Amino acid sequence: MYKIAKENLSALFRLIADSQELYLPVRTAGQVNFAAWSEEAEVALDTLKSVKSPKDAFFPQSEGLYTVRKEGRKMKVEPGSLKEQDFVVFGMKACDVKGLEVLDNVFLADPVDTFYAARREHGTVVALACHEPEESCFCKVFGVDAANPAADVAAWIIGEDLYWKAITEKGEALTGKVKELLDDADETVVEAEKEAIHKVVEKLPYMNLSLEGWNGGALSEKFDDKLWEELYKPCLACGTCTFVCPTCQCYDIKDYDTGNGVSRYRCWDSCMYSDFTMMAHGNNRTSQMQRFRQRFMHKLVYYPANNDGMYSCVGCGRCVEKCPASLNIVKVIKAFQKQGGEN
Amino acid sequence: MSIENKSFRPKIVAFCCNWCSYAGADLAGSSRLSYPADVKIIRVPCSCRVNPMFILRAFEKGADGVIMCGCHPGDCHYSTGNYYARRRMTLLFSMLDYIGVENGRTRVEWVSAAEGVKFSDTMNSFVEKIHSLGENVRLGDLRCRN
Amino acid sequence: MQELINRAKELLDNGTVARVLGWKAGDLPYDPEPAYFETAESLKDFVYNGFCGANLSKYMIEASKLEGKTLVCLKPCDTYSFNQLIKEHRVDREKAYIIGVGCKGKLDIEKIRNQGVKGIESIEGAEITDEADMLKIQTIYGERSVAYADAMLERCHVCKGKEHKIFDEQIGESKETKDGERFDEVSRIEKLSPEEKFAFFQKELSKCIRCNACRNVCPACSCRKCVFDSNKFDSSQKANVDSFEEKMFHIIRAFHVAGRCTDCGECSRVCPQGIPLHLFNRKFIKDIDELYGEYQAGDDTDSKAPLTNYTFDDAEPSIVGKRG
Repeated sequence: MYKIAKENLSALFRLIADSQELYLPVRTAGQVNFAAWSEEAEVALDTLKSVKSPKDAFFPQSEGLYTVRKEGRKMKVEPGSLKEQDFVVFGMKACDVKGLEVLDNVFLADPVDTFYAARREHGTVVALACHEPEESCFCKVFGVDAANPAADVAAWIIGEDLYWKAITEKGEALTGKVKELLDDADETVVEAEKEAIHKVVEKLPYMNLSLEGWNGGALSEKFDDKLWEELYKPCLACGTCTFVCPTCQCYDIKDYDTGNGVSRYRCWDSCMYSDFTMMAHGNNRTSQMQRFRQRFMHKLVYYPANNDGMYSCVGCGRCVEKCPASLNIVKVIKAFQKQGGEN
Repeated sequence: MSIENKSFRPKIVAFCCNWCSYAGADLAGSSRLSYPADVKIIRVPCSCRVNPMFILRAFEKGADGVIMCGCHPGDCHYSTGNYYARRRMTLLFSMLDYIGVENGRTRVEWVSAAEGVKFSDTMNSFVEKIHSLGENVRLGDLRCRN
Repeated sequence: MQELINRAKELLDNGTVARVLGWKAGDLPYDPEPAYFETAESLKDFVYNGFCGANLSKYMIEASKLEGKTLVCLKPCDTYSFNQLIKEHRVDREKAYIIGVGCKGKLDIEKIRNQGVKGIESIEGAEITDEADMLKIQTIYGERSVAYADAMLERCHVCKGKEHKIFDEQIGESKETKDGERFDEVSRIEKLSPEEKFAFFQKELSKCIRCNACRNVCPACSCRKCVFDSNKFDSSQKANVDSFEEKMFHIIRAFHVAGRCTDCGECSRVCPQGIPLHLFNRKFIKDIDELYGEYQAGDDTDSKAPLTNYTFDDAEPSIVGKRG
């Protein structure tokens, strides 16, 4: 266990950024999102949740797969490059880290997504414990401990210091690189902080949400439920929930005509959109109700069915805060619970 | 890139109405009036056919300037098309100016089929203007640059 | 609120309306969702308070296709949108029973959070009254108070007034909350140099995640299929691949509603990244006002929209460079 004074953090960032890329929460035009560190960047470590989740660092919203260029009478194909340089993502939260586990199950399973795998290999995650969790959080429901992020390095901001604890080999390696700035520290302060966080977590309204009835085996029972017909109605069919989500992993592959060739890229897709999984024969989800149902069924039924019961929601609560129509996964879970109670 | 760079050849898209400016361009040609080859003409059935998206798409794909030519107000082949186009383009150009695109990059001129001279003069002065503004870097798609 | 519920029950019971379109209370103090109520019993969850900012006119497009009348609660500014939709034949007036609900300003939870309020347990004063001017917020980290003026939606600072433009009956009192000028910010930007303007918009738009919330919530964006959803269109629709994409999307989005946008402010309210999208719409409104005469979309149901109209001596496009 090490510590560093908060006022020395910019020196720490500079040192890390000297040898590798560094992504951390940065405030731009009033909003905090993960971005590359620079001397001018306004680092916002106090913000609990970045608007977009940091999954961007490993699975960017859009990335080029290859480009084709016309050169005279020939075509030149250039594959997109895999990440080759090491980078650090600083300030992810416990739920975001759990989100990576969800993505790993998808992208690192056979067939391996090489773009994602390269980023995972080169990325080191320094995660911060949540000093002040909020009412929209429900990570505990999915077995996430807000006080104990399971990353390469776990960190706690307590008072004027940041406490630093390497957990994995990658974490040890990073610690070795920045050791000159770290002082030895003792664990008791951190233990007290953890306890304080746990106490707050107990007070939050969504932390004891029950997931009873949601599992991989509930497919037809949940799928055919009439309740979806009611629940989807306020949905505007925008993609906010899916784009701020740390675990949504659907993507689309598209071609862009550059005038002198084609640039093929992939970008996040959203099950809320009318062209989601559009194929030559058309779309297999023709109504907004079906698209809406897809999102929650995927998170709470399909994914657990394929991944030994692990849910693909981590309870970060971004959708709770950002949905323009105030819909969210918690409301869906509760609506089913309520219906169950009445039957 | 800037004006000092003599090798800069601007790409200019001109949307020309079939009934007037396009014929005006023809007249300029048959009268041996010159205008730079940097101007690429796209024939449209009426200036009113020009959707604001056309203008933005031209910039996206690498145009440095976009000019729209139509019949003089009152002379539209379809009576009123250019009146609508006039309002649309005014608002669009004002918006482009508002988000910081130099307003010299867009222009509307009314050129009739009899005005070969005006067509050539207009194109010469527009190309000169784009030369002085240099390459369009604010409104293009980077992917189209390589 | 109780008066509203009672009246809704009455109209449901006597068969005047088949359903009520209003807001349903969520479990957090600030998250009511737009909802349909079909029985008097379900109205127990009905809520109307400062967090009911959603403009229900948009939902009336779908509701107009349903059997029977829908009772819809519209705030004064929402009625402009409804009028505009009537003009465009997108809603059916006969299918709507409009209750003009009173409005004393609506609240923005983002603004409240931005003042460092976290862990909200309860909010006192969400039902805005004339007597109070503060919200009392109970959080797990202690009590906080926030002045209404600091918590109000941007659009309420430039309130269009307390008059309902269309209604069958009115319930509740309204108050004009205007304390700013609608075009101030637009004028400020107009005066900047091209470099500064570009930097400003580039910074704001770089946050865009292409979620399309601004488009989908917009009552004027009522196309059955949006041009940006076309798979024949090779612009990236949902990807922020290049900064050009966002500019294109936002310019065209605003252009497509130019002359039809009532300035209801929903786009800015819903943007998850807090982009001041109204600045695009208001620029068009300001230009239209200055060049073609004052025009408020949704003021009536029969006037000609500025972009489907013309005069012989309209300003030439070259005026753009000449104006101050």
